Amino acid sequence: MLQIIADGLIIGSVVSLGAIGLSMTLSIVRFSNFSHGELLGWGAYLALMASTGLTALNAGLAAPIGPFSFGWGLLIALVVSAGLTALLALGLDTVLFKRLRKQGAITLVIASFGAALALRNLLLFWQGGVPRYYTQNLQIAIPLLPRSVWGGLRVTPDQLFVLTLTLVTVTGLHLFLSRSTLGRSMRATAINPGLARVTGIDPERVLRATWLIGGVLAAVAGVFAGITVQLRPTMGVDLLLPLFAAVILGGIGSIWGAVLGGLIVGLAESASVTVVGAEYRSAAAFAVLIAILMVRPTGLFGEKR
Amino acid sequence: MMPDLSGWLSYGSFFLVFAGAFAIIVLGLNLQWGFTGLFNVGVAGFVAIGAYTSALLTTPETAGRLGGLNWPVAVGMLAAMGVTGLVGLLVGTLALRLRQDYLAITTFGIAVTIQLVANNAKGLTGGPFGVQFIPKPMQAWLGTGLPWTLAYLLMTLLLLAVVYVALEKLVQSPWGRVLRAIREDEDAASSLGKRSFAVRLQSFVIGSMLMGLGGAVYAHFVGFIAPEDFLPILTFQLWAMLIVGGSGNNRGAIAGAFLVWGFWTAAGGLLRGLVSQADQARAAPLQVVLIGVLIALMLVMRPRGLMGEALAVAKSRT
Repeated sequence: MLQIIADGLIIGSVVSLGAIGLSMTLSIVRFSNFSHGELLGWGAYLALMASTGLTALNAGLAAPIGPFSFGWGLLIALVVSAGLTALLALGLDTVLFKRLRKQGAITLVIASFGAALALRNLLLFWQGGVPRYYTQNLQIAIPLLPRSVWGGLRVTPDQLFVLTLTLVTVTGLHLFLSRSTLGRSMRATAINPGLARVTGIDPERVLRATWLIGGVLAAVAGVFAGITVQLRPTMGVDLLLPLFAAVILGGIGSIWGAVLGGLIVGLAESASVTVVGAEYRSAAAFAVLIAILMVRPTGLFGEKR
Repeated sequence: MMPDLSGWLSYGSFFLVFAGAFAIIVLGLNLQWGFTGLFNVGVAGFVAIGAYTSALLTTPETAGRLGGLNWPVAVGMLAAMGVTGLVGLLVGTLALRLRQDYLAITTFGIAVTIQLVANNAKGLTGGPFGVQFIPKPMQAWLGTGLPWTLAYLLMTLLLLAVVYVALEKLVQSPWGRVLRAIREDEDAASSLGKRSFAVRLQSFVIGSMLMGLGGAVYAHFVGFIAPEDFLPILTFQLWAMLIVGGSGNNRGAIAGAFLVWGFWTAAGGLLRGLVSQADQARAAPLQVVLIGVLIALMLVMRPRGLMGEALAVAKSRT
């Protein structure tokens, strides 16, 4: 029981981080970006490349830090990949989405669907289809609670790292959106773009910031997925449905909604493994999606548009 | 000379049957998107439902798998349309009342889920190996060679023609005008007393049925289907066909199906010619990238497609 919850929270933190970026694109750029999942995949692989490069320069960077399976190399690679993925998101907007913005949201959705396929297949071409890992080091799960207490609880240090860093990232983002001028302009643009413009907010600047932040969060989520599961070129598209389910569950545009939605989708996935078996795990997100559409289509924290 | 000629004929008719089946599906997509503005990202899922339905009903009994009723192919195809239409009805009822994007997300979810079921529900779908020995109609009389292929081609083109004529009649009828009115301005159409939800749902269901029919036509031609025949790339190819041909124009949709399928086949042939045998599996994704670039270019440079929708409003003279 406890184990299911813990596993769910770990899947959920990856989904949450990805869902925040997707939710921001939906509320600020105003379209469902089907290529957002690919940013997670590219982020994960860019970090793999950077970390391989760094360890080639200095083998000491691969040495595990304390109880974790990875070394400083991966943490530096995470930062590098976050920067590159943010640029990738911005670049995609410049060459594609920006030009189509006048044609309406659905043209953007079609374009993002095409961009997703192109990005995924480029990744497949570049990296091949074999699953990869950041390190070959094996980790032993620490038993936090014995089997006699609610079925027991075991987690790896890596999983605790992912949970903690997710919490830090989300809190940081919350502070940025509520305290900084740019963050406030982003929220204003999401709520009423016309009015935001009248008050002197530069919409292009807000859009750029949205893509950059979405890219950074996607890279972090991708690396976390790589640490806790593995790297596959199809990881982006496999995560896309959980991301969308989390966004709609939380309510479009709500950061904490996306986080809560992500955690619920994660819990649903880990529960479904015990209930219907691992092969139908991805359908759990769909079940959550259908349920929320039937009961409360505006999501938990969403407002009616 | 003779074997060469029949080789070409056989290759050509294979190509045309595929393109024809795709054209039927794209016509369904055109009704949904081109005429009604409903964005379906799960086309491959609907095609799969049609293909599997017809296959399961018409195949001979198979141990360990449901279905295998040995029904006639024509009944299988009708059932394919019925079941796919039913799924369309469910999805539409759920998602069509909401913001446009929700339909996209829900249909995407349907496609993912159908892919999961196709891969895992071995007792229903045969799992990753799919369904084999799907009957090919008329084979008792025509054998397995070129005459059968040509006959099947004729049947496919005939079906395509029937679908085309029916759709043209439909979109030019008062119902079709309401459809376009809702697409352009839902509030205005509603204020004139048009029941926009019902009309959109009807359009979505009819479109889904055509996707199911296309899937069945494909299944009975190839003779076996597997989950990997219905990956998201199929959805994308079909969308590329509609966008290149010009959405909102049925002739454009058909032309797009034949053109893009030709482009796809040629790109595959070109890659095979350019890349060494050893690298081919690795280079296969490039074919997808190429078609992705084609669709993006088309959207940016010629958003109305080769044949866009005929303007219904006279241009104002200045």
